[in-house]
Amino acid sequence: MKNAAKNAAEPVVSGQLRLSARQICKSFGAAQVLFDVPIDLYAGEVHALLGENGAGKSTLVKILSGYHAPDSGEIVLDGSPVSFDSSEDGEARGIILIHQELNLADQLTVEENIFLGREMTRGWFLDKAAMRDEAARLLAGLQCDIDPCTRIRDLPVSDRQMVEIAKALSKQADILILDEPTAVLTGREVDILFDQIRRLRERGVAILYISHKLDEIKAIADRVTVLRDGSHITTQAVAGLEKDDMARLMVGRDIAQMFPDQIADPSAPVVLSVRNLSVPGQVYDAGFDLRRGEVLGFAGIVGAGRTALMEAIIGLRPRSSGAILRDGQPVVIDNLRDAGRCGIAYLTKDRKGSGLLLNMEMRPNLTLLALDRFGRFLLNRKAEDAALEKAIAAFDIRAADRTTKVGDFSGGNQQKLLLAKVMECNPDIVIIDEPTRGIDIGTKSQIYHFIGDLTAQGKSVILLSSEMTEMLGLSDRIIVMAAGRITGILDGEDRTEHQIMRHATGISDNQGVSVHG
Amino acid sequence: MGNSGRSAGRTAAGRFIDFKAMGPFMALVALFVLGALINDAFLSSGNLSNIFTRSAFIGIIAVGATFVITAGGIDLSVGSMAAFISGAMIVVMNTLIATLGAGVETVLLGIAVSVVLGVAAGAINGLVTTRGKIEAFIVTLGTMGIYRSLVTYMADGGTLSLDFAIRDTYRPLYYGDILGIPVPVVVFFAVAVGGYVLLNMTPFGRKCFAIGSNEQVARYSAIHVDRIKTLTYVIQGLCVSIATIIYVPRLGSASSSTGVLWELEAIAAVIIGGTMLKGGYGRIWGTVIGAIMLTTIGNILNLTDVISNYLNGAVQGLIIIVAVLLQRGDWRRKKN
Ligand SMILES: Nc1ncnc2c1ncn2[C@@H]1O[C@H](COP(=O)(O)OP(=O)(O)OP(=O)(O)O)[C@@H](O)[C@H]1O
Ligand SMILES: [Mg+2]
Repeated sequence: MKNAAKNAAEPVVSGQLRLSARQICKSFGAAQVLFDVPIDLYAGEVHALLGENGAGKSTLVKILSGYHAPDSGEIVLDGSPVSFDSSEDGEARGIILIHQELNLADQLTVEENIFLGREMTRGWFLDKAAMRDEAARLLAGLQCDIDPCTRIRDLPVSDRQMVEIAKALSKQADILILDEPTAVLTGREVDILFDQIRRLRERGVAILYISHKLDEIKAIADRVTVLRDGSHITTQAVAGLEKDDMARLMVGRDIAQMFPDQIADPSAPVVLSVRNLSVPGQVYDAGFDLRRGEVLGFAGIVGAGRTALMEAIIGLRPRSSGAILRDGQPVVIDNLRDAGRCGIAYLTKDRKGSGLLLNMEMRPNLTLLALDRFGRFLLNRKAEDAALEKAIAAFDIRAADRTTKVGDFSGGNQQKLLLAKVMECNPDIVIIDEPTRGIDIGTKSQIYHFIGDLTAQGKSVILLSSEMTEMLGLSDRIIVMAAGRITGILDGEDRTEHQIMRHATGISDNQGVSVHG
Repeated sequence: MGNSGRSAGRTAAGRFIDFKAMGPFMALVALFVLGALINDAFLSSGNLSNIFTRSAFIGIIAVGATFVITAGGIDLSVGSMAAFISGAMIVVMNTLIATLGAGVETVLLGIAVSVVLGVAAGAINGLVTTRGKIEAFIVTLGTMGIYRSLVTYMADGGTLSLDFAIRDTYRPLYYGDILGIPVPVVVFFAVAVGGYVLLNMTPFGRKCFAIGSNEQVARYSAIHVDRIKTLTYVIQGLCVSIATIIYVPRLGSASSSTGVLWELEAIAAVIIGGTMLKGGYGRIWGTVIGAIMLTTIGNILNLTDVISNYLNGAVQGLIIIVAVLLQRGDWRRKKN
């Protein structure tokens, strides 16, 4: 990705002005989230939109594409003012938005989803063969090896995102807006997506691109607009900007130290041991030790079985063999309650699907996992409110007001709430799966420091992450998995990207290392 | 700031009168005004007490249904279950008269049988749904047929009548009053208060909401999803049993046509009250008002010649659809 950055140094903005928004304002209830925001999109440019969680990026692009109506302000498309009644209206004018959240019908197939609402027909009947061929062609263009007849619910998230992208591409956009398309993609898929974006740029499509990954912005974008707390901060060429500059513009201050100092004591007692754990078809004979106060990273490519291993440990997935020892004593963990009793908590990577109740407010979400602590027979509202108060302060959760549905929160605030929810049951061991998906750089740093605080208090953390910097920056030791097996345990100087990739792709020859340490 | 028109009802201004929450209540008030205008007799204490007493059956069952629906389930078997339990109670009490006599003991044993059967029937619905991983709709459609045919079988195709010897002992449970308030109304109120406390103020209720709104999230929050769901059906069964206990002395008989369509009226009461059919949000007071509304409609039609009494079902149907449309209108506005 690094060398691709050169491409961005082309002359900025050569095409004609396609879409121009002026003084866009938007409030939800009493909370104003956009203040007089302007933005211009030119044909043939990739325009990045940057900002912290909750800065209003998604809201802005939803307004541009007709999904929300602005409270005031003007949108000009090709020289004439427009006002869309709906997102269909926007799409009819060639403005296509890929939403931050996936918008696919779970029970339908890939092909049915791609052509949802604009099915190909022959006479009165659906032309399934034609749609299947076209879907296969689109997916092949994305080098995506999915059968168009697969149901969406059977696909991993990254493939779902690729389907979403295929769907958007099939709509022949003039103006394509991508809201954090890469949050759930792997490196290879990101490269493929970028190839497509470059091709569209050459065809004169105007592209608005939102991401929290500053590397990506450097690699793909020509210009960048920065929002902070709903206000426009700057729009400038990417060429002259370093990642630190972008971070500073977003956050409004320097980020002094991204990661906490590592302090794990290598001779601390072992608090959790897993021995010979297998999950049929997913994990084979896995074992490891976790020490008090350490961050133990689990690295590996998608499908390596890390999540399956963790879910098996906490009783969410049936295991065919294996023993778990807590402080040296064997324990039986058959469900999450047992895990909770052993002081183990799990933070899911799927915060919308299995983490938070999106249609509810903050309070019931926060206390759900630790509900028993808030009253045996009657729930103690006062205690709940106090806990909420504390969590909002401790995790710096920023929400317009307490009655906002959690589903309307920005991604970063959802993630902080999820973290608060898990910590509410005061676990000694926290298993954290992808803690910073779709999270801005400032909040990331905050979350890293929360994790640092946990270990400083003597709690232990198991970290699963596909972000290499995060894995290297936080972990005291790193266990690498490939194809369901533990292939390496990296300690001290060995914790390098190179070593991780070597073990993760199975290039190393020492298969099935024994547990030590 | 500056957009109070757009999203009123969600903000500070909307909190004084929460239209969504107050909707069913205001509709009920409107119905009462209408009733009073149509016929002076409507507001007589005799008529009002009649309305509340009659709404108690459906109302009590609907309180149970609020739990099931809030947790994302549905129970279609309640009408048949009521018929079956009535039949069983009558058979048991008639048999017991020979040994125990026509005293309070016999009635108490009949009541005990009712409670046991209600809880068991609910547990069956719940366990088959959760253990068998079958849609609640299908399971309760099946048990609906089973309970209905069981009562037909017990009555041998005819009618089971409560022995006249015991009717006088049992009578007060329907016709009696406490401080001037009819017993069924008192029971209805008690069940509603209990239901409210359980649904809104206890961990159990919170878990029902969580399961109904996203089962996966509930599972990842260390909630025993299957256990809680089963319990909602047990509560439903218990409510059916309570309703039956006060229903039996009213007619003193049970047949295959007892309780027909009660399941639909109960679900209608729940939905009119603002509980979401797809789960995740439930309101006991809404349900209570929904049940009273349904009875009031029938009552008003009885008191007027403008619309035929035979159109009772049509008017009820219309009200249900309008109630749901109003709820729907709310989220459309919010989205844009
Ligand atoms: N439908 C809604 N109702 C109420 N508040 C909302 C709604 N949508 C967004 N908000 C609020 O508006 C603010 C901006 O949200 P937005 O989703 O635009 O942020 P974002 O910049 O896209 O953040 P992220 O990087 O986390 O995706 C947030 O405070 C959010 O809580
Ligand atoms: Mg966003």
